[in-house]
Amino acid sequence: MNFFDLFGTWLAAGLTVAILSFLYRDNPLYKFAEHIYVGASAAFWVVIFWYSDVKPMLIDRALDPQYPLGEKLILLIPTIFGIMMLLRWFPKVAWISRWPIAFTVGMAAGLALTATVQGYIVPQIKATLFPVVVITKDPLISLWRSLMNIFVIFGVFTTILYFYFSKEHTGLLKVGSRIGIIFIMVGFGASFGYTIMARISLLIGRIYFLLHSWLGVID
Amino acid sequence: MLWVIIIGLLPPGGVKAFDTPSDGGGSVTIRWELSPSETLSQFLGYRILRGESEAGPFEEVGYVIKGRGEYQDRSTEDGKSYYYLVVGVAVGDSVASSVVGPVISSAQWFNANRLNVLIFTFLISLFVLLYIRRAKRERLFIRKIPGLDAIEDAVGRSTEMGRPILYSFGLGLLSDVVTIASLSILSRVAKKAAEYGTRLIVPNYDPLVMTAAQETVKQAFTEAGRPDLYNEGDITFLTQDQFGYAAGVDGIIVREKPGTCFWQGYFFAESLILAETGHSVGAIQIAGTIAVTQLPFFIAACDYVLIGEEMYAASAYLRPEPQMVGSLKGEDIAKALIMALIIFSALWGTVGVLLNQWMGSSTLLDAFHSFVNWFTVGE
Repeated sequence: MNFFDLFGTWLAAGLTVAILSFLYRDNPLYKFAEHIYVGASAAFWVVIFWYSDVKPMLIDRALDPQYPLGEKLILLIPTIFGIMMLLRWFPKVAWISRWPIAFTVGMAAGLALTATVQGYIVPQIKATLFPVVVITKDPLISLWRSLMNIFVIFGVFTTILYFYFSKEHTGLLKVGSRIGIIFIMVGFGASFGYTIMARISLLIGRIYFLLHSWLGVID
Repeated sequence: MLWVIIIGLLPPGGVKAFDTPSDGGGSVTIRWELSPSETLSQFLGYRILRGESEAGPFEEVGYVIKGRGEYQDRSTEDGKSYYYLVVGVAVGDSVASSVVGPVISSAQWFNANRLNVLIFTFLISLFVLLYIRRAKRERLFIRKIPGLDAIEDAVGRSTEMGRPILYSFGLGLLSDVVTIASLSILSRVAKKAAEYGTRLIVPNYDPLVMTAAQETVKQAFTEAGRPDLYNEGDITFLTQDQFGYAAGVDGIIVREKPGTCFWQGYFFAESLILAETGHSVGAIQIAGTIAVTQLPFFIAACDYVLIGEEMYAASAYLRPEPQMVGSLKGEDIAKALIMALIIFSALWGTVGVLLNQWMGSSTLLDAFHSFVNWFTVGE
């Protein structure tokens, strides 16, 4: 291991310990690591955006003589919007920055509608369209699958009821939406356990780095 | 090997090449009937060759294993003529089909494979527009969302304790609808904070969201008659790194000790880190997100949680403008239709299965399967 590798390992281990010290309480070590992390990552992303967006998609294309003139003119739109955003620095004309914000919000809402219908609503409807009764050669399997189908349809129906906002949840609607929230909570419980397992594996990865790469106490 | 050499390979027949329908261009579909030689164990698959003239030269653009009779060449240039041939390949031998073409790829204006998406989008938009129109004429009912009362209580609690309020959009961008809904909730929180004279801190992950948040808070403070309390420095940008942002917000929480934390927006793995830190300083916490994987963590660590669409409903409830209320009512009608559709199809499918089983008539069941397949979203 050369000097820079060794230095990098000690630096990473030191910062890891400093960040983990937050588990005890806020302290100067954590504050130091936090400020380095926030500052360095902000700077890192500025560089990433410059080299992945601004330079290749705007400057390089604008300066490229091979790039079609018509498409160069289209580049003027994001350029102008970008300049309008930067006008926030000048209080007298800061209001101009609201225009690109309004454009972004409007565009997002419009695109989200189609994306949601295509990505979620239609596929999820399709996944819920099935017969209640399933008939196979084995009557026990038929019964089990039929019960499962009823369970899924009932769960979806009551869950949608919970998210129905046009009527006060009283009477039957209240019963239905209560059952719906039980389905939702059971789903969340399963998701909670699954994600905790993934987080534990991340923690194991970090502890392995400390014990293996830094301290060398395990292989 | 010997068997192949004795009878020779038979080429794939009926080769057709055509512009891939309902696509954005740059693609030609080649279809063929399987070679009769596929039954031989030595048969491997098909090479697809492409040339720019009928006489060649041809170069390989793709390969499919035996049993498949279609290939999409996604490397064509629109407006250019291409010729294709399909070569059946076996161990130590190969045989080519006749050349087909010319075929020219082009983009289509309309994707027929997504007609279902268009119809649903049209229906939902129609319901929303009709209800926006209605909401302009009369006041429409929206049920109260549990947890909304908590917003006022939480702001009041922060004021009594002399502590600031912390509001986070998580990692949501301004192009996320959930962030737009969160801005409505922020507006309400900011107005209450201004009325009570409580400090509001909004650390941001995205610079555009920060800009929108500054505008929202400034306007809310002005509407509340307290523009003097607005401090742009409290609505800051931290970093666009996920855990850098989490570390920064944690630092703010432990140093500023907010009385209330609002987690309203799109969150990822940092959700529990943030909510646990808020809990550790004794803050009352109100979360809301559409991130299904993060909702369990908020439910475990926060006092109130707006689940998924409740966030949108909350923003409409807090700002009962015709556009917001109308959108929510329109969505409710769409939900009612979907529920009806699910019940209707369950009955239809069940009757179809029973008729097929008892009377041997598959007409209804086939029609049901066609109906279900209509919901497949094409490429």
